[in-house]
Amino acid sequence: MPSQMSAPEALNTLSAGFVLLSAFAMVATRQVQGVVRYFIVQSLLLSASCFLLGYAQHSMHLYALGAITIVAKVLVIPWVLKRTLARELYVRREIEQVFNIPASLLWALLLAIFSVVLVGPITSATPDRVVQINVPIGLAGVLIGAFSLMVRREAVPQLIGILAMENGAFFAGIAIAAELPLIAELTVAFNVILITVIIGLLTQDIKETIGTTETGTLRGLKEEPTSWR
Amino acid sequence: MALMGVVLLPLVAAFLCWVPPFRRAAWAISVVCLFLDLILALVVASQVIAHSYVTAIPRWVGADGLSALMLVLVSFVCAMAALFAGDYMHHNKAQAHRAWWFYCDSNLFAFALIATPAMSDPNLVWVGVELITLFAILLVAFERTATALEAAWKYAMLTMIGAPISLLGFLFLFWAYRSTGALAPETWLALSAHATSMPPALLRLAFLLVFVGFGAKVGLAPMHTWLPDAHSQAPSPACAVLSGVKTSVPLYAILRLLGILLASPTARMGYWMVVIGLLSVAIAAFLLLQVREYKRMFAYSTVEHMGIILTAAGLATRASDFGAVSQMLNHSITKSLCFYVAGTILITLETREIKSIRGLLRISPFEGVALLFCSLAIAGAPPFPIFLSEFSILGSGVQAGHPLVVTILATLIVIAFVGLMMHVNGMVFGKPVGPVTRVKIPLTCRLAIIGAALPVAVLGVYIPAPLYHLLNLAAQQLGGR
Repeated sequence: MPSQMSAPEALNTLSAGFVLLSAFAMVATRQVQGVVRYFIVQSLLLSASCFLLGYAQHSMHLYALGAITIVAKVLVIPWVLKRTLARELYVRREIEQVFNIPASLLWALLLAIFSVVLVGPITSATPDRVVQINVPIGLAGVLIGAFSLMVRREAVPQLIGILAMENGAFFAGIAIAAELPLIAELTVAFNVILITVIIGLLTQDIKETIGTTETGTLRGLKEEPTSWR
Repeated sequence: MALMGVVLLPLVAAFLCWVPPFRRAAWAISVVCLFLDLILALVVASQVIAHSYVTAIPRWVGADGLSALMLVLVSFVCAMAALFAGDYMHHNKAQAHRAWWFYCDSNLFAFALIATPAMSDPNLVWVGVELITLFAILLVAFERTATALEAAWKYAMLTMIGAPISLLGFLFLFWAYRSTGALAPETWLALSAHATSMPPALLRLAFLLVFVGFGAKVGLAPMHTWLPDAHSQAPSPACAVLSGVKTSVPLYAILRLLGILLASPTARMGYWMVVIGLLSVAIAAFLLLQVREYKRMFAYSTVEHMGIILTAAGLATRASDFGAVSQMLNHSITKSLCFYVAGTILITLETREIKSIRGLLRISPFEGVALLFCSLAIAGAPPFPIFLSEFSILGSGVQAGHPLVVTILATLIVIAFVGLMMHVNGMVFGKPVGPVTRVKIPLTCRLAIIGAALPVAVLGVYIPAPLYHLLNLAAQQLGGR
């Protein structure tokens, strides 16, 4: 029985589409700054979905989560990145990738289809439309983020990959775990900021000591036949 | 009250180490606070033994048998590591002015390690495990050499890729819990009370995601590749904590979730745990044969022991669960001892290579005996505690009717034993390379080695009744029957 979607829910579906699109955009962008910009866009979409669902479900929790997302991921994290990383790093272009852009996009598409197949049996058991939309797209966000983390060779896009994965997890979370205790959400947001600070400082140290931020080429500790990739 | 003290004391210590006037005394502050913390953890353990559950803040902070065991282990290893660090950090002249930062971060690390098992809310356990990872990255990178930074980077990327995956797992867990219609806040207690009514498919998916995410942090194969790098590049006192308890705490979360899963009869995952556990043991055992640096050797042995614990938990009987928690205890105390010895050898002989150390008994009888002692203990020779727990795990496997698992596990343990002792034999005995110059062993290193060796020596022949009781209480949380 295809019931009529309420306006906020329909808008959430639209936002979900753009979240997926921004994940693809992050995979397809070579410039570091561009990746950061798409991450900000994705975070804005995530918080928009929080507000929309909060309005639909009259949930203060979701409003609060939307606000936390804006503060942490749209304001603080880009600011921290700008402060800790030298400008030269920030505007860098990635020369070398493991896959070229069309191949990466193809992989991302396959991951998106895979995530729909994986959680399909679980989400179709609930009548909740929001769950049916948000969970597969959130999982796709997580997987595509993990993929870009693995194929990227520059430090900052790898960091953004982690943060984009976190966005994906939360995008699923607002549908399935809306009443998560606020303290948990606050500490998770704090944790995300801490990740950015620590990885940012580490990147800066690596650049000063080793002289490159192409972390994909670090090979000093290769001893065993197994490497980390 | 004592429980709050245990959780907050390392945080106080970290703050004091950071305050500029106290920075010179950072070592003394860490040692005093962490030893106090150990005493408080023992008080908590005795309370848990008496009442089986201790609540500090209802709904948020509490401890049962498994948590109390972890608290005692973590605080013991952290306290000994802080003691060991005194002269070790002095030794590194280039970094001596930054030593306060090492202590500050070590205390933060200790805080995260101790707070995680004390959390009643699973979502906060996720936060705790992430904090552990973050502080550990800073410790690995502390020496700022090219190899240390590379190890830190690999460690960060491989373990953080798991963070959002396990977060998603915890969100699914919350969903599964809410879909039972329960209104009480989500805590470990509430979860195990509703274990049978949660949708099995959802519970399985949640467990799978958490397992993938946290398994990377435990160092389970095939996500173990960061472990030898990180555990060999960090300063040795940090290595002891990293290898001794940092790997056990995410495993603690996995085991707790496994306990809930096993209570739900249709959501069994035990076989998979056995497979992944055996795979980890196998990879570690064969890599142990061809390792070239002794700190890496002990790091691979950690992968082996994590695999053994997971295998035991996967067998899911009362006896194998008891074996798993005893193995956790014995591994923590023995492995930290190994890294104190390895660290002492590193600062006195200044080489990481197994090849270039020969005849250690003649160069330094203390180090030679200590290395032999800790290697036999970690490899599982009788009469050491690891022998007892490995033996009880194998015995429980036979009892449960899994002869194949027991055969494979026993074979792999023997291979690992041979690999480890082959290297150590060459280091301890044999003819010294070059002229023999006696080395002087710093006092705090000596004290930490003796302090950590005492329980290793005692627990193999005698387990005190309260400890036995605590292990039993802890094993009950693993859901075996």
